[in-house]
Amino acid sequence: MNKITFTLNGQRVVVDLDPSLRLLDVLRDHFRLTGSKEGCGEGECGACSVLLDGKVVNSCCFPLANADGKSIITIEGFTKTKRYEILKDAFHIEGGSQCGICTPGMIMAAESLLSENPHPSEEEIRIGLSGNLCRCTGYNMIVKAVALASKKGEGLW
Amino acid sequence: MFDPAKSTPKVDHEEKCSGQSAYVSDIVLDDMLFAKTIRSTVAKAKILGISLPALPEGYYFVDRKDVLKENYVKMIFPDWPVFADGRVSYIGEPIMLVVGPDKIVIDRLIGQVKIDYELEIPVFDYVQSAVHKVFHKGDFAAAQARATRIIKETFETGYQEQAYIEPQGMIAYLEESDKITLVGSMQCPYYIKNAVVCTLGYDEHHVRVIQPSVGGAFGGKEEFPSTIACQLATAVVKIKKPIKMIFEREEDMLVTTKRHPSTIVLEAALDKDDHVIGIKADIGLDGGAYIGLSGVVLSRSMIAVTNAYTIPNLAVSGDVYITNTVPTGAFRGFGSPQMIFAIEMFMNHIAKDLGVDPFAFRLAHLAKQGDSTSTSGVFRDPIIMRDMIKKATEISDYHHKIAAYSKPGVTRGIGMSWFLHGCGFTGSGESTHIKAQVKLVKDEWDHVFVYIAAVDMGQGAKTALKRIVAMTLEVDNDRVSFENPDTDFVPDSGPTVASRTIMIVGGLLARAAKKMKETWMPAKRMEIIEHYRQPDYIKWDEDEMNGDAYPAYSWGVNVVEVEVSPVTYEVQLKGIWSVYDVGKAIDERMVIGQADGGVAQGVAYGYLEVMRHEQGKLRQKNLTDYVIPTAMDIPPTETIICENPFPYGPYGAKGVGELTLVGGAPAVALAIENAIGRKINKIPATPEHIMEILNHE
Repeated sequence: MNKITFTLNGQRVVVDLDPSLRLLDVLRDHFRLTGSKEGCGEGECGACSVLLDGKVVNSCCFPLANADGKSIITIEGFTKTKRYEILKDAFHIEGGSQCGICTPGMIMAAESLLSENPHPSEEEIRIGLSGNLCRCTGYNMIVKAVALASKKGEGLW
Repeated sequence: MFDPAKSTPKVDHEEKCSGQSAYVSDIVLDDMLFAKTIRSTVAKAKILGISLPALPEGYYFVDRKDVLKENYVKMIFPDWPVFADGRVSYIGEPIMLVVGPDKIVIDRLIGQVKIDYELEIPVFDYVQSAVHKVFHKGDFAAAQARATRIIKETFETGYQEQAYIEPQGMIAYLEESDKITLVGSMQCPYYIKNAVVCTLGYDEHHVRVIQPSVGGAFGGKEEFPSTIACQLATAVVKIKKPIKMIFEREEDMLVTTKRHPSTIVLEAALDKDDHVIGIKADIGLDGGAYIGLSGVVLSRSMIAVTNAYTIPNLAVSGDVYITNTVPTGAFRGFGSPQMIFAIEMFMNHIAKDLGVDPFAFRLAHLAKQGDSTSTSGVFRDPIIMRDMIKKATEISDYHHKIAAYSKPGVTRGIGMSWFLHGCGFTGSGESTHIKAQVKLVKDEWDHVFVYIAAVDMGQGAKTALKRIVAMTLEVDNDRVSFENPDTDFVPDSGPTVASRTIMIVGGLLARAAKKMKETWMPAKRMEIIEHYRQPDYIKWDEDEMNGDAYPAYSWGVNVVEVEVSPVTYEVQLKGIWSVYDVGKAIDERMVIGQADGGVAQGVAYGYLEVMRHEQGKLRQKNLTDYVIPTAMDIPPTETIICENPFPYGPYGAKGVGELTLVGGAPAVALAIENAIGRKINKIPATPEHIMEILNHE
């Protein structure tokens, strides 16, 4: 079996696992990075969102093989950044977290959005987060949080 | 002085953002096995035989024969089996567990199990009533006799799936050889404990239930987790190793409880002044294969019959029908969303039939302080709905818009619902069934610990309840700790349901904290236990369903604006405006968070969320075909919280959680009616349904 090499949260890793495994299972079961959650297992809810070369992907629908040579950032890696601090504080000020199961994924989606479009309009935020389901908040406070982060993090994205 | 409405940092915000918060699926124990359920593939049958494959070393089957004592899940009626016993009554009914170390092997084994059924004819119509209730107010027959006009309509509502983003799951293990511990996604630690005590026949000291982080519940984790707990407990006692069972989304959608579909027939008797003098209501709920909590859900539906209106004469009957479908159960609103949809539409339809302005017609029937409730109790506290309605119409520009949108050819519409929600358990449930108690402990370093069984499933119970204690003690929030419930340490403060947590549990905590403050002994350990006492004024006759059904009511107004595509009939939400009376907000930001989420769920119930079964098989089984709103579906939302303190609630607070859902469906359905110029009697009002209505004329 070919070994798969990728960068995980800035660290080079080599794994000798079935390449058809879901990236989500590799992260959760093998690296014990449980911040990525499984909500649906079919790419609808976004609770498993991670960054693949800076862009948000659903790790539940992503075969390990496709990670070869790429950079993967999970919420655990992202929490070490200034951008995370800005987003976390904005989510706090606007009340963007409730049960929390979607929150890490939402934050990863927000990071992906802001890194492409640092000053999104409300509509662009709603489109950017539309791959991440939240059943608690009705989204308004999350949308406001991302708008606030965009303002407070001026120059970071 | 602390202001209860001021928002404080949500206590678990950091861990939830960073992903460090541990949900049941994140927990791994040494030597842990996995379990998966073999389920019925037919709606009704006798099980003639089960042929099992040879088991590899370390794998087990667990079924009815392994149940130590009672093979039913203790709720209210002993009718819901832990494992099927010789027969199955719905598709998805659990028959046995397969347990072992490797999930792939488990799946292979499940594929090799052959079940031999003798099929019977399943029942899907509303013909087998398992619970029948009736109540009266005044004399409907007399009202009917003197009425100048009778109007009758039928309303139908569909399933709704809670669709919490964290699927159900649990881990169970033996702590000592004869003590079992269960850790899982739940709302009611003591419901689970009591159910496992009953099924295993264990002493209550030998069952422990611990709540990890819970990723949303909405009622879906009220009674259902008890079924998983009884199955896993049975397996652990047999196998003596830790076992984890986490549902995948599809399994969760197909077999967990959902909101009851309903058929509601309403008949109004009107006098010559166009006033409704009586209503007759027949409410039918589809309970699925087992009763579960359906009888209690039915009570709430029936009591909500007149919603925010005062009608002097009522004849109300309700039935829970048993069908060969997945059992239905608790879901935010608990029977009232169905009824409130029906009565709000009905009041508007009556006005339209009479050719009078629906707004003025409804206002003429709106309940006032001192009026008699549907169950002949009294609305004791001030009702500020008139002010709330005025606010809602102003912020939404309702009157101007409804006039403009009522013109022919306009594809926009606006709708407004008025509603109430009784806070806490129905009737004397709190004093006769729940008997809540709370405990506060202060250590020698003057740090205070909150011991209650209330679950924070996202609604912010931890933050709000801790706040109530700290405010009452007049100490900083960080002098008070509140950990997730563990039944070995916390008393039974009741389930986290029925919009009771702030008003009832919070009220008890405020009382306990007040006592602690009054008798405060610095640097000494103190313990205060407080028991629920029913206010003396509450009088409730359970058999007759007569008296004060709830100690207090929260009130609300929702306005929804839509655009209905004239080509595809798709509905797009354009705005949501809400005004609520929750007594006093404890942490206003958190209350608005509940409100935004609740109304989104309620509105989606009315137009978006479709779940149907075909011969007992659910057609929607994942989040791809059961569509819930995304950020793009929800329009900007404006919410106003009005103060109307309830004297018996902590700092004047009443219930919040369910109130914010119950008015969503009629508001959106009325908006669609306004846009299409036709009546809607059935939700969800999907594009297909709207097309049907328009083509029917």
